[in-house]
Amino acid sequence: MSEKNEFKWGMVVDTDRCTGCQACVIACQAENNVSLNTEDRFHQRRAIEWIRIERYWEGEYPNVKAKFLPVLCQHCENAPCEPVCPVFATYHNNEGLNVQVYNRCVGTRYCANNDPYQVRFFNFWEPQWPKTLENQLNPDVTVRTRGIMEKCTFCVQRISRKQRELKNEGRDLVDGELKPACVQTCPTDALVFGNLKDPKSKVAKMAKGSRHYRLLESLGTEPNVIYLKKVEENV
Amino acid sequence: MQERVHLTDKQINDDLLIGVETHPRWWFIAVGFLAIMVATAGGAFGYMINQGLGVTGLNRPVMWGFFITNFVFWVGISHAGVMISSILRLSQAEWRRPVTRAAEVLTIVALMTAMLFPLMHTGRPWRIMYWVFPYDFARGIWPNIRSPLVWDPSAIFTYLISASLFVFVALIPDLAVLRDRSTGPRKQIYGVLSLGWRGTPRQWRLQAIAGILLSALILPVFVSVHSIVSWDFGMTMAVSSWHSTIMAPYFVIGAVHSGVSAVVTVMILLRWAFKWEKYIRPEHLDGLGKLLVVVGTTWFYFFILEFLFGLYSQEAAEVSLRNLLIYQWPWNFMFFIFLATAFFIPIPMWLFRGVRRSVILMLLTSILVNIGMWLERFLIIVPGLTRKADFTFVWGTYRPSIIEIILVAASFAFVTLMILLFSKVFPLIPLFDQKEGKVLEATTRIGRRDVPSIVREE
Repeated sequence: MSEKNEFKWGMVVDTDRCTGCQACVIACQAENNVSLNTEDRFHQRRAIEWIRIERYWEGEYPNVKAKFLPVLCQHCENAPCEPVCPVFATYHNNEGLNVQVYNRCVGTRYCANNDPYQVRFFNFWEPQWPKTLENQLNPDVTVRTRGIMEKCTFCVQRISRKQRELKNEGRDLVDGELKPACVQTCPTDALVFGNLKDPKSKVAKMAKGSRHYRLLESLGTEPNVIYLKKVEENV
Repeated sequence: MQERVHLTDKQINDDLLIGVETHPRWWFIAVGFLAIMVATAGGAFGYMINQGLGVTGLNRPVMWGFFITNFVFWVGISHAGVMISSILRLSQAEWRRPVTRAAEVLTIVALMTAMLFPLMHTGRPWRIMYWVFPYDFARGIWPNIRSPLVWDPSAIFTYLISASLFVFVALIPDLAVLRDRSTGPRKQIYGVLSLGWRGTPRQWRLQAIAGILLSALILPVFVSVHSIVSWDFGMTMAVSSWHSTIMAPYFVIGAVHSGVSAVVTVMILLRWAFKWEKYIRPEHLDGLGKLLVVVGTTWFYFFILEFLFGLYSQEAAEVSLRNLLIYQWPWNFMFFIFLATAFFIPIPMWLFRGVRRSVILMLLTSILVNIGMWLERFLIIVPGLTRKADFTFVWGTYRPSIIEIILVAASFAFVTLMILLFSKVFPLIPLFDQKEGKVLEATTRIGRRDVPSIVREE
């Protein structure tokens, strides 16, 4: 299955459907053992949110509109964060994922500087949870120590588990059966995940739609996350 | 060389070895005080290792702050030695003679200090070996040579090694003098270090050739080091104000500006500390001052270009950065101080011969330049990061923590400490160079006047 490499993971974010509820942020936090973002971590601007909802206000009062933009690691095909790492702690795998190897990371934070989307996070402090929450840590995901970078992995633990399953059962991936935590949680289906190499998959079809664009496309990073423009009804 | 001070060889030896052969009380007090400062910084660093980088003021958009600023600053200072020594040696400028050694030592010490900072700024400094030395250890992975952070240590180590060789070659004849004047174990150590120097014509010829060869070979290294440091920023496409092709020449000329000013500061302090008024004379400050006017003005030209290029592209992030620097407190205050201290106060002052020949004014202006140049690096690195991307949602700011301030302050103490320690063991003004200059002195009669001149064999 993986020898032929028929996967190129991608995501479609329909900004028209996003209500800004932040359920994806919480789901990601729980799935990926992201340490708790307490109030003072926000004040220090060191909160770790692998996916965040950027909120922009438009218009003058009383005609104010909030626009939401979920931003996560774009898993760029031509990722600027990769060549600057001196120790190959971040590299591109053959399924289109931008992978972070925690054990190699020395924490130069160069990747964070060269990341135009600001979706790479540095562990300034040792991650901490209240005693009661320690038992709910996901055993499939490493707890990152302080001094290293971390970022969205497209829930690589779910991807590899699914791939093992498919190999054992000897079948192909059914579109929609593999979902990262954020996609699984999104109540409005604003986030869609799938295999961009499969032309029949939902992501591949949506990515070709007339509303599609990619963040900071002019930089030439070729992200694997495709955004769909907001449909303006009451302009 | 307009002014001539007539000194015997014996007197030159006695005067210039004053640091090695006498043990004044101020030296011990100064070394003790500086050592305490460095030890404090060691404690601060230990605390940072223990607690994590959270104790610094760094945050999400501003991942590089005081440490990298200080790194760039000290690499800049380190450019002085080679600038003074090799360029002036190759161009046979006579007034270089008392200036060279101190400048070269400043180079080495500043480089050693600079190297510490990127290492202590990493999240896991105990793993630096993985990228500082191009060796794969047990991981089966070589460093990523596409990363400017791998070019950095390569360039800096090359520079450090060549600069050390440069200093050593120039030290050999002086070490022989020290060997002949000392006794006991010191004599043995100086004897080994002087490599059997007896002052034969062949040895002098070899030493001169080695010096000139090293001067010529070190020049490309000198240009490359700060270019590579600038590429840390220039290659960063995500920070639009860093991503500029002008960075390399801009950084190199800025480095020379701050480096030569630092040499002026060090020379004046040495003159004061070791009573070397006969050796470091106003004419030397005059020469350095003229050099600085040229260097500083060139640097300012590059600064203007860099600023205008940013505005010309009309990119949102670039324009917002310039907005920040010009209109927003406290950045505009820092920007103003930077412009005043790095250019608008010192350069016009140096246009006057009286200022260039005034020891106290040169000391003050040269210190001003380095305040300005430190701020310049800070204002390139930090505001660029705070206004990094087009997403205004993730714009940020930065305020250094006490730990960062202690470590940066201690780097200045460390450099001073190392120079003082060096002065205890080796002379900071080359003895043989002084004597060589004396041999070459001549007087030419032009019309009715006797004009001091230099006679040299071609």
